[in-house]
Amino acid sequence: MTKHILKMTVNGETHEVLAEPRELLVYVLREKMGMKGAHVGCDTSHCGACTVEIDGKSVKSCTMFAVQAQGANITTIEGLGSPDGLHVLQQSFKEHHGLQCGYCTPGMITRAHRLLQENPNPTEAEVRFGISGNICRCTGYQNIVKAILSAAAEINAAKEAAQ
Amino acid sequence: MIPAAFEYHRPRDIGGALAILTEHGEDARVLAGGHSLIPMMKLRMAEVPHLIDLADIAALRGITVEGGRVTIGAMTTQHELIASAALHDAVPLLREAALQIADPQVRYMGTIGGNVANGDPGNDMPGVMQCLDATYTLECPEGTREVRARGFYEAAYMTGRDDAEILTRISLKATRGGYAYEKQKRKIGDYATAACAVLIEAENGRVSSAAVSMTNLSDVPVFSDAAANALLGTACDRDAVKAAVAAALAEIDPTEDNRGPVKFKMHVAGIIIARAIERAWSRA
Amino acid sequence: MNDLTPDREERVANLKGMGCSRKRVEDARFTQGKGNYIDDMSLPGMLTGDFVRSQYAHARIKSINTEAALALDGVIAVLTAKDLEPLSLHWMPTLAGDRQMVLADGKVLFQGQEIAFVVARDRYIASDAIELVEVEYEELPVIIDPLKSLQSDVVLREDLDPKAPGAHGPRKHHNHIFTWEVGDEAGTNAVIADADVVAEASMYYHRTHPCPLEPCGCVASMDKVNGKLTLWGTFQAPHVVRTVASLLSGIEEHNIRVISPDIGGGFGNKVGVYPGYVCSIVASIVTGVPVKWVEDRMDNLMTTAFARDYWMTGKISATKDGKITGLHCHVTADHGAFDACADPTRFPAGFMSICTGSYDIPIAYLGVDGVYTNKAPGGVSYRCSFRVTEAVYFIERMIEVLAIEMNMDPAELRRINFIKKEQFPYKSALGWEYDSGDYHTAWDKVLKAVDYEGLRHEQAERLEAFKRGETRNLMGIGLSFFTEIVGAGPVKNCDILGMGMFDSCEIRIHPTGSAIARLGTISQGQGHATTFAQILASEIGIPADSITIEEGDTDTAPYGLGTYGSRSTPVAGAATAMAGRKIRAKAQMIAAYLLEVHDDDVEFDVDRFVVKGAPERFKTMGEIAYAAYNQAIPGIEPGLEAVSYYDPPNMTYPFGAYVCVMDIDVDTGVTEIRRFYALDDCGTRINPMVIEGQIHGGLTEALAVAMGQEIAYDDLGNVKTGTLMDFFLPTAWEVPNYETDHTVTPSPHHPIGAKGVGESPHVGGVPCFSNAVQDAFRPFGNRHTNMPHDHWRIWQMANALGLHD
Repeated sequence: MTKHILKMTVNGETHEVLAEPRELLVYVLREKMGMKGAHVGCDTSHCGACTVEIDGKSVKSCTMFAVQAQGANITTIEGLGSPDGLHVLQQSFKEHHGLQCGYCTPGMITRAHRLLQENPNPTEAEVRFGISGNICRCTGYQNIVKAILSAAAEINAAKEAAQ
Repeated sequence: MIPAAFEYHRPRDIGGALAILTEHGEDARVLAGGHSLIPMMKLRMAEVPHLIDLADIAALRGITVEGGRVTIGAMTTQHELIASAALHDAVPLLREAALQIADPQVRYMGTIGGNVANGDPGNDMPGVMQCLDATYTLECPEGTREVRARGFYEAAYMTGRDDAEILTRISLKATRGGYAYEKQKRKIGDYATAACAVLIEAENGRVSSAAVSMTNLSDVPVFSDAAANALLGTACDRDAVKAAVAAALAEIDPTEDNRGPVKFKMHVAGIIIARAIERAWSRA
Repeated sequence: MNDLTPDREERVANLKGMGCSRKRVEDARFTQGKGNYIDDMSLPGMLTGDFVRSQYAHARIKSINTEAALALDGVIAVLTAKDLEPLSLHWMPTLAGDRQMVLADGKVLFQGQEIAFVVARDRYIASDAIELVEVEYEELPVIIDPLKSLQSDVVLREDLDPKAPGAHGPRKHHNHIFTWEVGDEAGTNAVIADADVVAEASMYYHRTHPCPLEPCGCVASMDKVNGKLTLWGTFQAPHVVRTVASLLSGIEEHNIRVISPDIGGGFGNKVGVYPGYVCSIVASIVTGVPVKWVEDRMDNLMTTAFARDYWMTGKISATKDGKITGLHCHVTADHGAFDACADPTRFPAGFMSICTGSYDIPIAYLGVDGVYTNKAPGGVSYRCSFRVTEAVYFIERMIEVLAIEMNMDPAELRRINFIKKEQFPYKSALGWEYDSGDYHTAWDKVLKAVDYEGLRHEQAERLEAFKRGETRNLMGIGLSFFTEIVGAGPVKNCDILGMGMFDSCEIRIHPTGSAIARLGTISQGQGHATTFAQILASEIGIPADSITIEEGDTDTAPYGLGTYGSRSTPVAGAATAMAGRKIRAKAQMIAAYLLEVHDDDVEFDVDRFVVKGAPERFKTMGEIAYAAYNQAIPGIEPGLEAVSYYDPPNMTYPFGAYVCVMDIDVDTGVTEIRRFYALDDCGTRINPMVIEGQIHGGLTEALAVAMGQEIAYDDLGNVKTGTLMDFFLPTAWEVPNYETDHTVTPSPHHPIGAKGVGESPHVGGVPCFSNAVQDAFRPFGNRHTNMPHDHWRIWQMANALGLHD
């Protein structure tokens, strides 16, 4: 089958890879670009562990072929924060014990990041609905919800202070 | 889970897509959001030697609301449907239904065209489109035709679309009056155990027009004229609702699955239909 | 100096020791997507392995043709049972004393069973090759129901001599595995026969699956130059895997290194040894390069270790005042095609004999019959100690049924039967010695917190409104009081494959006063790197932030039996404290030498040793560590290290009291959890934040199991719930907020009094959710209805009680 040269921007850097059409985006990110934060949990687009952001959309990268992302602008968990400065959400997940085994965490945080872009001041119900495409087996979600609400408040407070 | 190998095509316009579809015939499938097709390919339950991605075809995108007519490009995502204020003003039923489909990530990718075209009895939009009396535009190299949603669905995964055609857009009238999409499901992301779309217009406290359709209660969406007729002219009182429910139930044929046995589904369908009617009436 | 002076308070806080909600050290990498899970591993030249699996639940394999697969470019090998047979690896021993096919040997016994192992250059080629392997089947009759299995002429396990005893004694039938009995059957029957009141119930605790978000997998790498095998994988018990791998492969144990990297949840699913591990090892030995096998979700749900599948019947007797006099329990246990339960050897039904629960029951009997069927093997303890969820569900349902029989309030019935505080240590009728408890205090606290009487009043009003036709919603109040039995266990009666269930900790203090501790356990999300450092900080006075905790590498960690059954804190946590005390004892001698006083004249104070009566004279642990390495001290070896292998004298018995308030739509079967109150007593609390997180998670898994999660089969043995579309994992939308509370009753025999908590909420949660549903229907004559309580089954319950008429 014809391989395609794929060019995409991932976390601000341009990547070029050669891939068969059937290669799923999650595997190309993980195995050809070395970004292993997105995980495969269910294979059928039900768990959200593979969530990344593509052109302003939260996408389950196990249910998208890498060729579909030709030319796309992608943000993965690796693009949020750094070891020297965690993203507010990352810090908040740690602060509120919003993770245990860590397997769902990159998808969860990436999804929460997008959610707060679209709804900077969500209610608890909106957070629960907004992350309902992400399964967590460990936390029971309560602390995840708390972490996202707290991050939202912190981001909003910082914005207000800046104005 | 890895799909079998395939060739990937990404035409820039509808003509290009149709040409590839014609060339490869049954070996080709179009890809919209992919959230039905790709899992099937991964499970190797769908073999697709040629995949035609419609993502670059600008003509398939967008929502227009003009003079009481609504046109929705087939590649418009559920997320875009939800986000469109103009569409919400014109046809509020669509947002209410779209919010009950799948989960946030799937709604960013899942398209209205894919949802109505693939004939999956679990999909929500076919029933909604029947309720709205929408028209689908089908294009093939020989030309364009329009079919009503109410006559489009033949059996599970069997529709009035020919293999050589692509469903390019959906047209419908802006609605007035009350609306409701009531859906019972086991959890977020599930298909309906039973779902029902209802539109009701009222004049002088009486139902002046009504439409009732149901999802995942037969191998096709079910539009029930009889149910609508049972409501017409009534004050949508208990007896009228009861009659409409009875009429609707007479037209469905649910099958047993993990969501439950037939007897349960019939009972729940009755409850859901009644609730949809009552909620639509309360908004009429 | 024992006052908490400001200075001392600060030093205590600085340690981040036991009792504080220390933030987790693991989170830095996990929140940045820098965890290191098995599928993240990549080694040069690594190949991918994947299975050809059986479409049928029971069939003879007439032929396997691998030619077309082998002809595919990039396919390196296709292994079948024939290839493994010369190595005697086509079968492997199970943890329960049975044996299991690694690859189908002549027949298949469950859908999804491994038939051939394809080894290819990458995952894409492997998945293509699987399609090309041709298997010719001859279908055989399928047995799904264990009760029918015991009557059937169909022989499932043709490899076993039907006359010969199994691992747990005589077998009654060719599909029977074992009978296990505890207690006094004749005596129990006599008490029940003479009792004022007897209540009976039969219940099916459905088959489900732990379904961690990360599936199982491994990477095997045979280094032929050095003769060393390294095996990375999703192992909850890496040391046991090493021993098993050595016994199976004949490679000496010192030449095998097993490493559990970060594990994306386990919940019991990653205790077992799976064919994928064995095949990967063989494939690496054959090819000389590393081989990776990672299952997908369908493989995981269909073939790796399931949980429950217990058919339980019970009789409970009481005096007319409600004092329980006897309990009889029989279980038909569906173990699937092979007995691969993960239980201590002498307990083929795990600790099911904790089924007398939290109640002072004078006499009891438990009989369990294990049975083969055409289902996947397993029988692990999904977020519980060995079969404790089944036991607690059983007794908490029996109590409810007895309350119905006696027309009593179930809260009151529990109260009058609780083991009293002064009865501990309490010897149960089925032989356990409960270490400590204060059940009445916990119960009263919870009932008061939820205003139990008020709830019952509201429920009665709702019922009246329902009867008047004003609502179609019923209200259910679910109660449960559970006693767990965790921390397996004393080597005198607990072993797995002959290996005693101790655990271990080894500590090295570095010269500059920081430390590393290694344990025989392995975290799968519990946060061991955080909490074990807290135990140690309090024991040795070195800040938790200066202590690295390492687990999971058998080359470096001391031998231990791993993490499951809430045993890490009770066993390895105790080992950590004990090893810490050895460090402290040596530190005391060093401090005394440095301070020029007798050993007995110094005492430990938070982070230092001080001269008794002269608090200004002290040596900090940092100073002592430096001296340990750099100062010649007469009569004392240099260095500051210790190791402890802890053989617990007893299990620990955490307990708790839960209340759930649920609204139920009788027409649709839809439920809404309005309130859930959970009080847990896990003894001494190490990290309240982590404990609360464990409780939220365990309750959510309980909600899933009680309300819909199941591995269901059709009559042909096809798995009906093989993907996450149908296998119920609740999302944030379906899960309520939980209220948590606690009492503290330390374990008297544990060095720090801790009991373990990770599994309590699951054990106590399942009956609580189920009782809420069943309680709502009690006024209409419901006695017992089986889980899962998904919409249609609740509807069916209402329908059977005439509520739709």
